[in-house]
Amino acid sequence: MARDEDDLTVGLGRAALDRLMPMHLYLSAGGTILSAGPTIARLYGKNGLIGLDFFATFEIRRPVGISGPADLARVAGARLIMLPLQTDGLSLRGVALPLAGAGGGMLLNLSFGIGVVEAVAHYRLTDADFAVTDLAMELLYLMEAKAAVTDELRQLNLRLQGARDAAEEQALTDTLTGLRNRRALDMTLDRVIAEGQSFGLMHIDLDYFKAVNDTYGHAAGDHVLREVGQALMSETRKMDTVARVGGDEFVIVFKDLADPGRLSRIADRIVARLSLPISFEDHSCMISASIGISISTDYDPPDPERMLDDADQALYASKKAGRGRAQLHHPAPRGDGDPCLN
Amino acid sequence: MHGLINRAVQCYLRDTFGAGRWRDIARESRIGVENFEPMLLYPPGTTEALITAASRVMGRPRDALLEDMGTYLVSNPQLEALRRLLRFGGSDFEEFLHSLEDLPGRGRLALPDLALPDLVLTAREAGRYRLRCRSDLPGTGYVMIGLLRAMADDYGALALLDYLGAAGDCEDIGIELLETGFAEGRAFDLAFRTG
Repeated sequence: MARDEDDLTVGLGRAALDRLMPMHLYLSAGGTILSAGPTIARLYGKNGLIGLDFFATFEIRRPVGISGPADLARVAGARLIMLPLQTDGLSLRGVALPLAGAGGGMLLNLSFGIGVVEAVAHYRLTDADFAVTDLAMELLYLMEAKAAVTDELRQLNLRLQGARDAAEEQALTDTLTGLRNRRALDMTLDRVIAEGQSFGLMHIDLDYFKAVNDTYGHAAGDHVLREVGQALMSETRKMDTVARVGGDEFVIVFKDLADPGRLSRIADRIVARLSLPISFEDHSCMISASIGISISTDYDPPDPERMLDDADQALYASKKAGRGRAQLHHPAPRGDGDPCLN
Repeated sequence: MHGLINRAVQCYLRDTFGAGRWRDIARESRIGVENFEPMLLYPPGTTEALITAASRVMGRPRDALLEDMGTYLVSNPQLEALRRLLRFGGSDFEEFLHSLEDLPGRGRLALPDLALPDLVLTAREAGRYRLRCRSDLPGTGYVMIGLLRAMADDYGALALLDYLGAAGDCEDIGIELLETGFAEGRAFDLAFRTG
């Protein structure tokens, strides 16, 4: 009883055809458009498509070489990519199949493919413009859902980035003075050395700080440290790194500054500034500073460990020489023997 | 529970009762955060703790809060994206009702971790439906009532909704569709404007 599939012929009225395939085109054997589905017709507005020559209205891009009814019949059933010539940029895809019966001709069914998003916006299409089986609505839904999710993720990333920056800043900051901490100093030294920049290194130790702490208490000591921090910031440039590396010890990295004369003058100014009394409540706290300086151009290659050690030795020499002064570390003339201090 | 849901609860409580009351509720619920990230996951029970705390702090019945929240989800202009995504369900309210069974699947398409309530729609007689709603969160049926009422409004349909009862983790809602073209619904332009 099984019917041979090849013998099955289905007749469809216009309304059924429009509902099943709102983007169909029915071509005569000569290639004239006899009928167009309501959605494809929208692309052409009032003038419509009926009576136009299909091959003058659409350009078939794939497969290549389709320019007349015979060519189209040859690629029946294949996937077609085509451009409606009157619309810019829109690409349609579809399939053409020959119709049974005396008249012949071909039926094309088309869709927007991935261009559906632009087409919906451009031609103000609605749900009713698509075949019930078309996944266009799902595609549009997905696109919006994805956009909403992406937007949320972008905002989450911004918030996380902000939190990370804040945490990083915190991890590199000395909480009492707001200066950089030891970790930040190490990172700075590694970076300037890696970048091959020359720099001056200043190691500063406060004189008589213990006396302030012992006489006026820790609150006074903390106040003095904060004031010192302020003073160091105002005596240095924005590009320099000022770090508190111990109780009353500070290190400054002067980027692109390797001139001994200039570094000494800056150090003298810092000593003078820190020798001014710092008032705390009713008291006047007197401190001073001893400073040791090392310069990256004296080393080949510069080594942060050694430069810090040498600045520390110069600092020690300042202390021994009576405090409240600065000394440069002088490298040994031939790179061996004890460093010579003066 | 997905952060998106907790975030929605947070936005509803904050926008409705103010930032101060929201902080009281967050503290009372002992969830340990004051700000939910919509794209992160939170331990199960978080949403339940929030709702319970909100009901206690605000002195409002849980069911009324949940129903109000359902309406908020659709009608708040800041959540326009959600309203639009729901409107993709159908071109009129009745079609939308039939699309509800797809809701968990649509949710997963957008966010694979998102667990939305299981919904089953049964037609009883012309224009009358029963929606069975299965969820871990008791009272989800009330959220659905608020949401459906707002969606009916959105489509310009007139529908009567009532809570039929709960059994286990299932809640039943009665829907009586009186008129589909009762009023001019809110516009829904398929084209999505970015930016």
